[in-house]
Amino acid sequence: MAAETQDKSADAGFGQVSRTKDVAFRLLALAATLIGIVALAALLLNVAVDAVGWLDWGFLTSPPHPNPYEAGFLPALVGSIAIMLLIALVTFPLGVGAAIYLEEYASDGYLTRFIQLNIANLAGVPSVVYGLLGLGLFIGLFNIGYGSVLAAAFTVSLLILPIVIISAQEAIRSVPDSQRQASYGMGATKWQTIRNVVLPRAMPGIMTGTILALGRAIGETAPLIMIAAPTTVFGIPNGPLSKVSAMPMQIYNWASYPQTEFQYGVVAAGVVTLLVVLLTINSIAIIIRNRYQQRT
Amino acid sequence: MSQPDFSHDGIRTARGTAFRYLFMLCALLSILTTAAIVLTLLIDAVDFFAQVSLVEFLTGTTWNPTHEPVSFGVLPLISGTLVITVGSAMVALPIGLLTAIYLSEYASERRRAYLKPALEVLAGVPTVVYGYFALVYVTPALDTFLPLSTFNALSASIMVGIMIIPMVSSLSEDAMSAVPDSLRQASYGLGATKYTVSTSVVVPAALSGIFSSFILALSRAIGETMIVAIAAGQTPRMVDLTDPAGMFLNSIQPMTSAMVQIGTGDIVGQGPAYKSLFAVGLTLFVITFVMNLISEFVASRYREVYR
Repeated sequence: MAAETQDKSADAGFGQVSRTKDVAFRLLALAATLIGIVALAALLLNVAVDAVGWLDWGFLTSPPHPNPYEAGFLPALVGSIAIMLLIALVTFPLGVGAAIYLEEYASDGYLTRFIQLNIANLAGVPSVVYGLLGLGLFIGLFNIGYGSVLAAAFTVSLLILPIVIISAQEAIRSVPDSQRQASYGMGATKWQTIRNVVLPRAMPGIMTGTILALGRAIGETAPLIMIAAPTTVFGIPNGPLSKVSAMPMQIYNWASYPQTEFQYGVVAAGVVTLLVVLLTINSIAIIIRNRYQQRT
Repeated sequence: MSQPDFSHDGIRTARGTAFRYLFMLCALLSILTTAAIVLTLLIDAVDFFAQVSLVEFLTGTTWNPTHEPVSFGVLPLISGTLVITVGSAMVALPIGLLTAIYLSEYASERRRAYLKPALEVLAGVPTVVYGYFALVYVTPALDTFLPLSTFNALSASIMVGIMIIPMVSSLSEDAMSAVPDSLRQASYGLGATKYTVSTSVVVPAALSGIFSSFILALSRAIGETMIVAIAAGQTPRMVDLTDPAGMFLNSIQPMTSAMVQIGTGDIVGQGPAYKSLFAVGLTLFVITFVMNLISEFVASRYREVYR
């Protein structure tokens, strides 16, 4: 009898304790999920409030200036967009080409697996190391010129190429095999099948992935520092070899100014501009993805 | 009966072959990139080690590349990187793991649909913006109750930690989702609560995937540059294990931050100060490369278990 009561109480205790623990754990996990999001939201709110009064038409259309009230963002804004367009021109064909080879042509051999592992590893190489690659390769070897638009674009292109390849591969892989077989059944060659069947179906996915990668590219700072992009440029770039600044470079430079007008005014305006451009890029990618999902 | 027309076939095959090799070239570019990274780092690092001995570089405890007497010991920079890595790990690993448990075991489909993209935003914010946040918002806020320097490892670590949360959570969640539902049902059948199922069944079963996500996230923290360059300071010094708080409250200098300092400085030419950029870069590359390989290896082992 004694054993029986002991059993019962232990049972009841077990049930109670675990239920409390269960609820507590659930709340803890939810709090952990939200804490990063809430912290970022609070920081974004802060910077948005600080940017009020600083982010105006004059800021967007003037060159930088040591006087915070006259400082502007135009060369950095134009520089970033110029670099980004060049990156798109370089990475899109190369990334899609590599993805087509890996998904459509390559057999599952030793070389293919090596390339695949290599791409995964390249995606994990720190961006500052890509900067050293750009410094050694494009400036040291090919002599393209310190801090030029081309050197910056090529360096960041190599950095985001693995991301473009991986997302293009996923898009190509999602095209159903039955469509390829139907095309072959009609007598089409491999290249005709890829051009007329696979690529049109995979294109929205490829575009989405590439545009998201461009969003990553526009915020990159460390590689630009390594290829000696100037922190402050007063004119907008007038050719592929002219020196270029970019939004993150200008922000990095301004953040080291001690005046509060810069720290809590001009830099905040720059940060908000960068984030708005980034948000626009990502929205375009999401719109493309949603339109495509509705059609199929 | 007309003869079948084969006249275009030769051209078609030739074009097909040409495209095949063109695409192959694109894929091989990735191997070329890796080779180029290793070569550029090695060539200049070899130049550097001709002027500074490898032993001095790897065992020296003073980093002072520009002012006489110059000294090129990488250990203070590695210890700075370690401080940031440990600090961000204390933020990101528990939060990321709990997030993954919540998303995989507790959250409804609807809630996951907006929580996951919201978490991904954390990894999408440019790091220079995080660095600025750490310097002008986090440090002053913490300074109200902690004796902080203007540049300190604490706020940089917190920011790096927040940035890598989605890395831990999304990869860990993938691993937890791969745990077969039969294991959960068996545990519920024995009367277990969701807490017990999550912590005693799902997490152990997904352990290799979780471990792999941890390594990958830490490798990201080691390579993170702008946050530490802006907010952590430029004071290379050795870890003082007797005063762990002091390490976090004061200015330090990780490897990446030292590289930025040399990169933005006026040092050019063939001197060891400039070449040391590549020696530090090579050290950083080797550390992160090995960690990524370990993560890949651990992850591929777990993939075999539940297939």
